[in-house]
Amino acid sequence: MSEEQIKNLEAQFEARIARDEKIEPKDWMPEKYRKTHIRQMSQHAHSEIVGMLPEGNWITRAPSLRRKVALLAKVQDEAGHGLYLYSACETLGISRDELYEQLHSGKAKYSSIFNYPTVTWADMGAIGWLVDGAAIINQVPLCSTSYGPYARAMIRVCKEESFHQRQGYEIMIKLANGTPEQKEMAQDALNRWWWPSLMMLGPTDAESVHTEQSMKWKLKRKSNDDLRQQFIDQTVPQADLIGLTIPDPDLKWNEERQSYDFGPINWDEFWQVVKGHGPCNKERMNARVGAWERGAWVREAAMAHAEKKASKNQEKAM
Amino acid sequence: MKENLYKYILGIADNSLVLGQRLGELCGHGPSLETDIACTNISLDLFGQVRSYYQYAAKIKGNNATEDQIAFLRKEREYLNVLLVEQPNTDFAYTIGRQFLFDIYHFLFLTELQKSHDLNLAAIAKKSLKEVSYHRRFSSDWIKRLGDGTEESKRRIQEALDSLWTYTDELFHQTEADKIMVSKNIGVDTPTLKETYYTEVQTILSESTLEIPESKWFQKGGKDGIHTEHMGYLLSDLQYMQRTYPNMEW
Repeated sequence: MSEEQIKNLEAQFEARIARDEKIEPKDWMPEKYRKTHIRQMSQHAHSEIVGMLPEGNWITRAPSLRRKVALLAKVQDEAGHGLYLYSACETLGISRDELYEQLHSGKAKYSSIFNYPTVTWADMGAIGWLVDGAAIINQVPLCSTSYGPYARAMIRVCKEESFHQRQGYEIMIKLANGTPEQKEMAQDALNRWWWPSLMMLGPTDAESVHTEQSMKWKLKRKSNDDLRQQFIDQTVPQADLIGLTIPDPDLKWNEERQSYDFGPINWDEFWQVVKGHGPCNKERMNARVGAWERGAWVREAAMAHAEKKASKNQEKAM
Repeated sequence: MKENLYKYILGIADNSLVLGQRLGELCGHGPSLETDIACTNISLDLFGQVRSYYQYAAKIKGNNATEDQIAFLRKEREYLNVLLVEQPNTDFAYTIGRQFLFDIYHFLFLTELQKSHDLNLAAIAKKSLKEVSYHRRFSSDWIKRLGDGTEESKRRIQEALDSLWTYTDELFHQTEADKIMVSKNIGVDTPTLKETYYTEVQTILSESTLEIPESKWFQKGGKDGIHTEHMGYLLSDLQYMQRTYPNMEW
């Protein structure tokens, strides 16, 4: 293909996106579009399956049968999200095994928030309320992103995430209205998860490298700072409602902006965790790699059995 | 209080509680996403059943008893599950072996429990049977894959089955409460299921090119509340919140 032909295709491609048409797996797409989507979608899938670990940590210790069942179902939903996001990613010509390899080798990233430990039951509430809350703010715009399989996966993911968010908030309501010990547990969880949740919405616009291109492809519709402001404005009244205090002395309603002003975020901590030195980075990776390695013989057996069965069927047919 | 009926219900429900708890430990750590989702699903089904049984048991017990008190606040000697279900997740072969040996029994048991003269138990059995027929298919399919897969998988699943076999006979052991419930047409006369159980197990093992374990030495005790040493640790996790923060709502 000549350079001119490629330019032509690219122009048509960008025009389709501008008209809000969906790009489908078999359509022509620029290599950079394919790679960017593999990166973002796999990062999202990895976040779902690594995200199972901090919550999975409390399944055996959930305080009531009702909470245990809800938590199991929630973590299972995350596995399901991982599954369809990996499948959507595979439509771009990469296998799930390759994607795992990228996660296990550290080449691919996942959301840094999952590198914090879950130390009390209230963390199950805080994660649902804050982490899933921030995730929804990030993800709702993706329901109308340009890549068809991703957009469709996100519609389903967002419905379930919004259920998880309510479920997490409900855990917090119960604790906040409980005994002094329970209320203290809730406040402590909010103190620990608040700042990492704000960081989850990404570096400030000045530091964010992918934004402009991503806006054009509708992988992003608002800047990180706008999303963060939206999250804060939405969450502060929810904390007020249940009598919990946001751990930010500078937090203040700004009448003129009709938004909350907030204190400085510790970006050094953010980069420390992103670079692999958070409290649980090693544990999370060991858990993933360990499960994969311990499961190798199981996957091999399933493949060998399927081959034996296929050849037996062939013999019968002959 | 109907003491025998109460004990009889616990004898059924505790199996689902303890097996569900064991499967819950694996969530996020499975050999593939698909098996992870499936094992969590089975765990969820079992806890759903547990809730139906314990809610019924709580009514029988009276005195404002709740499903959570029954689930979380008994002493180890008061849990009446069979020893099989409390065995640890040594590896995927043990997980599947334990599941399979229980599922075959569970399916036969619930099929009979549907005929119970206790309408609550019959209804729970009917609902659970749909779920358990899926569990049975899942674990039987994996026995076949592992048995007739690679040399390593065959060695591992054979070892797991040989080691778990000693706990199978207890499935058919009857306590005094069991016998009384059978006499009232409420309980299932489990010894009558024994022959079908071993025939079904053997058929699937043969199909999977596996040996039928030979040992005739069996362990029992769980149904009388005498458990293996694994049980205390399982309960430490299960009861942690309720013991640390007594009398609170969650």
